[in-house]
Amino acid sequence: MLSFLARRLLHAIPILFGVSIIVFMLVKMIPGNPLDLLLPPEAPPELVAQLTAAYGFDKPLYVQYFSWLWRTLQGDLGYSIFTGAPVAAELRSAIGNTFILAVPAACLGFTVGVTLGTIAAHYQGTFVDKIFSAFAITGVSLPHYWFAIVMVVIFSVTMNWFPAQGMHFEGLPTTWEDLKSIVLPVVTLSLIPMGVVARVTRATVLEVLNQDFVNTLHAKGLVGYEILYHVLKNAAPSVIAVIGLQFGYLLGGSILVETVFNWPGSGSLLNLAIFRRDVPVMQATIVILAFFFVLLNLLVDIAQAAIDPRIRR
Amino acid sequence: MTATPSSALPAHTHAHISAPAPNAIGAPAAAGTLPASPTPHAPGPRPVDIESPGYWQQVSARLARDPVTIISAVILLLIVLSAIFAPWLAPHDPYQGNVMTRLKPVGFPGHLLGTDETGRDMLSRLLYGGRLSLVSGIVPVAFALLIGGTLGILAGYLGGAVNSMIMRITDVFFAFPSILLAIAIVGLLGAGLFNTLLSLTLVFIPQVIRISESVTTQVRSLDFVEAAKLSGAKPLTLIRHQILSNVLSPILVYCTSLVSLSIILAAGLSFLGLGVTPPSAEWGLMLNALRQAIYVDPVVAALPGAVIFVTSMCFNLISDGLRTAMDVRIKL
Repeated sequence: MLSFLARRLLHAIPILFGVSIIVFMLVKMIPGNPLDLLLPPEAPPELVAQLTAAYGFDKPLYVQYFSWLWRTLQGDLGYSIFTGAPVAAELRSAIGNTFILAVPAACLGFTVGVTLGTIAAHYQGTFVDKIFSAFAITGVSLPHYWFAIVMVVIFSVTMNWFPAQGMHFEGLPTTWEDLKSIVLPVVTLSLIPMGVVARVTRATVLEVLNQDFVNTLHAKGLVGYEILYHVLKNAAPSVIAVIGLQFGYLLGGSILVETVFNWPGSGSLLNLAIFRRDVPVMQATIVILAFFFVLLNLLVDIAQAAIDPRIRR
Repeated sequence: MTATPSSALPAHTHAHISAPAPNAIGAPAAAGTLPASPTPHAPGPRPVDIESPGYWQQVSARLARDPVTIISAVILLLIVLSAIFAPWLAPHDPYQGNVMTRLKPVGFPGHLLGTDETGRDMLSRLLYGGRLSLVSGIVPVAFALLIGGTLGILAGYLGGAVNSMIMRITDVFFAFPSILLAIAIVGLLGAGLFNTLLSLTLVFIPQVIRISESVTTQVRSLDFVEAAKLSGAKPLTLIRHQILSNVLSPILVYCTSLVSLSIILAAGLSFLGLGVTPPSAEWGLMLNALRQAIYVDPVVAALPGAVIFVTSMCFNLISDGLRTAMDVRIKL
């Protein structure tokens, strides 16, 4: 297990390196001079030259890359062009707010998804299976930004049960009033992972059910839930892989839902930065979210290896 | 199931059994002597004309018995046709607004599906919108299939250093959640149809590479490929006949479901204001423009999203149907 851990950690380093190169190159691909965003068009050439030197834009690309990487690794994510505030602080609170939605959405989506998938596989081909599978494929096909609007129409505009948008508390939600503002975004976000996890769980459980050892378990005289335990244990690695990926998508892909609900998370921050053409904020948000995603993949691999020793080879 | 011989990899079951003509030499002599007697081959059908149903025949036979897939295909066909023939079908100019008829409900006289926030006819805009939305759903996947499929199959077939190089680069792209990568690319390059198509293509290429590589690696190690190699098949022949014919179905099935994702993502980018620019008719953009109208007329405001949902659902259901019909056992 230790050597597996070491190998897997070593594997993550070149990936993070590649990620940083991609993000850096993306920013360099922006059409136009980055200083145009800072300076008025009538700026004197001396000022332009001075700022170019100050930002290091006159240095060769690889020097710019390594100096950026070095600063990022030290936790210095630069300053927002628009507000002048340090990016790190802004990003920290935004990612915290994203987690407030992502964690409950993940718990809800995964629990419902695994349950639906297991039941559908157990009753394969029956009416129950068809209903649950239809439910799952709906979750995968829904444009969730549209579903968010539909939820707002039904539960905010018509029923007036939950606020239509915004985060109405500081820090973590503690009271029922606080929780009310996370209900709609959490339910919306949980739909996609629910659908994906249900589909994968159903397919994997069916696959395991067709393996020979299940017959052996029957022959040994084990009953339903005992067999189910063995089947789920064998299906777990594949399901965990999908769960990890989906949690990553919840962190990085919540931008659309956060926009609809006007939620001050990392997605909204990125969206705002794009429209303000605030390059340091964009760069930092993308790098940090990708870093979380790589970290999650690492955790998934470790969890898989912990469950299934065959993966540790 | 019919009694057709089902083989695991049925790409070459199109077997013409050409039996040698019996009694080729003795036939003229026998013809005159025993005119009435039945030939020895009479009982049972002669094997000459027997032809086992081909792979695609089996697939279409299975599809024909799958109502869900057929209905989805029909709905999708209607959506595609109505987008193609939008100029003839649309009752109004999709760009011509009218201040007098803003945000009219569904069923308003002259506007079957109501009007949008500037009084443009919703039905006409939905019909025209299908063009951009379908294009931005299908084109990125098509290019990703072409580029990613080629790279993935090469990586899987060649193995070794080429495989490591292609797959390690793919791993790096997998470190981004797909929508984040798409938004990052469009956000940095600027909004527009071309950048949307470009970003989605870049997002899907690694996904297609990964699937193609894993499928090809699985097929490459099967016995019949080894057999073909031993009987002297050249690499190109081997790829064309043994590999391609067996990996294309799973890759195509995967790509059909990618189209569903692509439509949702492309409309999502427009929804954020990063895709096609106003006043273009595009479903995501229409949804965004009508967002403020949910308090006035929620049904009209929800229409563009409902169309996105139905279209993406159709692609997913067809993908599922094809997977079952093509008997894709390989894990995607």
